[in-house]
Amino acid sequence: MMRSKIRQGPSGVVAILFAVLITVVPLLWMVLASVKGRSDLYHRPLTVLPSRLVWHNYGRALHEVPFLRFFLNSAVTTLATTVIKVVLGVCTAYALVFLRFPGRRFLFWGIVASLMVPFEVVLIPNYVTTARLGWLDSWTGIVIPTAGVAFGAFLLHQSFRAIPTEIIEAAEIDGVSRLQLLTKVVAPMARPSIAAFALITAVGKWNDYLWPRLITSKASSTTLPVGLTLLRDSEGLNEWGPIMAGAVLVILPVIPLMLFAQRRIVEGLTGGVKG
Amino acid sequence: MVRPKNRRAEYSLAAILLVPNLALLFWFTYRPLVESLRLSLYRWDLISPSKLWVGLENYTEWWRDPVGRKTVVNTVIFSVVTVAGSAIGGLLFAFAFLKPRRGSVAARSALFSPYLIPGSAVGIVWYFIFDPRFGLLAAGLRQIGVRSPNWYNHPGWAMVMVCFVYIWKQLGYVCVLFMAGLQAIPPELFEAASLDGAGWWSRLRNIALPSLRSTSSFVLATTFIASMQAFDVISVMTQGGPLDGTRTMSFQIFDEAFVRFRVGRASAIAAVLFFMLLVVTLVQVRILDRKDDRS
Repeated sequence: MMRSKIRQGPSGVVAILFAVLITVVPLLWMVLASVKGRSDLYHRPLTVLPSRLVWHNYGRALHEVPFLRFFLNSAVTTLATTVIKVVLGVCTAYALVFLRFPGRRFLFWGIVASLMVPFEVVLIPNYVTTARLGWLDSWTGIVIPTAGVAFGAFLLHQSFRAIPTEIIEAAEIDGVSRLQLLTKVVAPMARPSIAAFALITAVGKWNDYLWPRLITSKASSTTLPVGLTLLRDSEGLNEWGPIMAGAVLVILPVIPLMLFAQRRIVEGLTGGVKG
Repeated sequence: MVRPKNRRAEYSLAAILLVPNLALLFWFTYRPLVESLRLSLYRWDLISPSKLWVGLENYTEWWRDPVGRKTVVNTVIFSVVTVAGSAIGGLLFAFAFLKPRRGSVAARSALFSPYLIPGSAVGIVWYFIFDPRFGLLAAGLRQIGVRSPNWYNHPGWAMVMVCFVYIWKQLGYVCVLFMAGLQAIPPELFEAASLDGAGWWSRLRNIALPSLRSTSSFVLATTFIASMQAFDVISVMTQGGPLDGTRTMSFQIFDEAFVRFRVGRASAIAAVLFFMLLVVTLVQVRILDRKDDRS
């Protein structure tokens, strides 16, 4: 790359160090605190490394609140939401791009326009609906009201439209049905976009706080991000050891995503930016 | 593309593919949007079977309430500070990471990671770091001879704290958006400027910024919309306090509806928030359109 010729001061190195520092230090501090005993946590001046490793913070976090249950709830609702949203997104985008029917453009804009409706605005009526359906404190209640696809429909719409028409026409000449066109041609060709959308959806649902907090009132039915605050409430503000252990447990499952899937997520998120 | 005899089959396939998603969007987005606007004209406690029509009273009462006005001011302060902070920080980082060098990919990944972590965990970890007595930050400040402010009990410092944490979470997202925008600029432009003796600031101002118009408007709009709706970090760290110092509109909607059971007022705040976000979105669309006209 020609860029290497650019005369550049130390600002690049400083930025790299600074970025790593501000990200790693807080997370490292969390991990260290999770294995510190009270004498280390409330010692002044501050001790950086634990004088001895205290693992029972983790035991307390796991027993004080039903942590494994939170994990199960999070895993099931995240997986269900992701599967539903990907299927719906693919079907919606396919119909809008490859099928001809009246009102197509209107429907496209109708779907995209729903992106402008903030979640806070639909919160109260959706709570009422969810309660009437008897879905409070349930996986269904966590999943279904947030399962409609707008962003994904838009993202996949763009990606399906980028598939060369020759390929579609060739497949049609080969006599594939409309449905086969979707499953055999379009979906495999748009796999990177579909994967990106699946990852973005999964991360968003795993991290979601407001909706599960609102519709779950029992500890046994809530998800990890909400459960972490329950742990804090039951431990009280002065028990940072178990609370940080809980935070580690909540963040741990996201780490593979950070390491292995980040590029894909970033590509999906930056798809709308082209200079 | 379609032979006429297949048309009916095509229509029914389209219906099968579209109806589930359209039904969900209608039932959980559009219908509640209208319902929410309607509820803002009633007084209701979420439970009783009857609602009392009060016209625009929810809006006027909320506006006359000092806490209501404070909430709007807090929302604007929080949004402007976090948007400006993450936009400026993200742009500087993106510019610094542009030149491929050892570590810049890793640093970008590190910076992006907080965006993937649950906001409630982020809030709790930082709350511990901000602890005025036993926190890491207080210890750091003591090292340089500064006494830590009481982040927990002082409304102004609490606002600084939640803004900082939110920027920390958002920074990497903004950075990768700007990097995508910057990578679309031909490197020769930077190189030529560099040979002419332009420093990094001049390259950033005169070459990068003018080319980042549409990226910037996308970044500003999406982060602004996200900031206006920020809930988890504030809810976990300050719960709108102390003394309503960090009470924002999105927190207030939750609080009024589900803690104080004033659904009408909560819906009125939601309606105002909706129109504020609508204006932001429309302005962004306008800016993008203008850009397209020129190019």
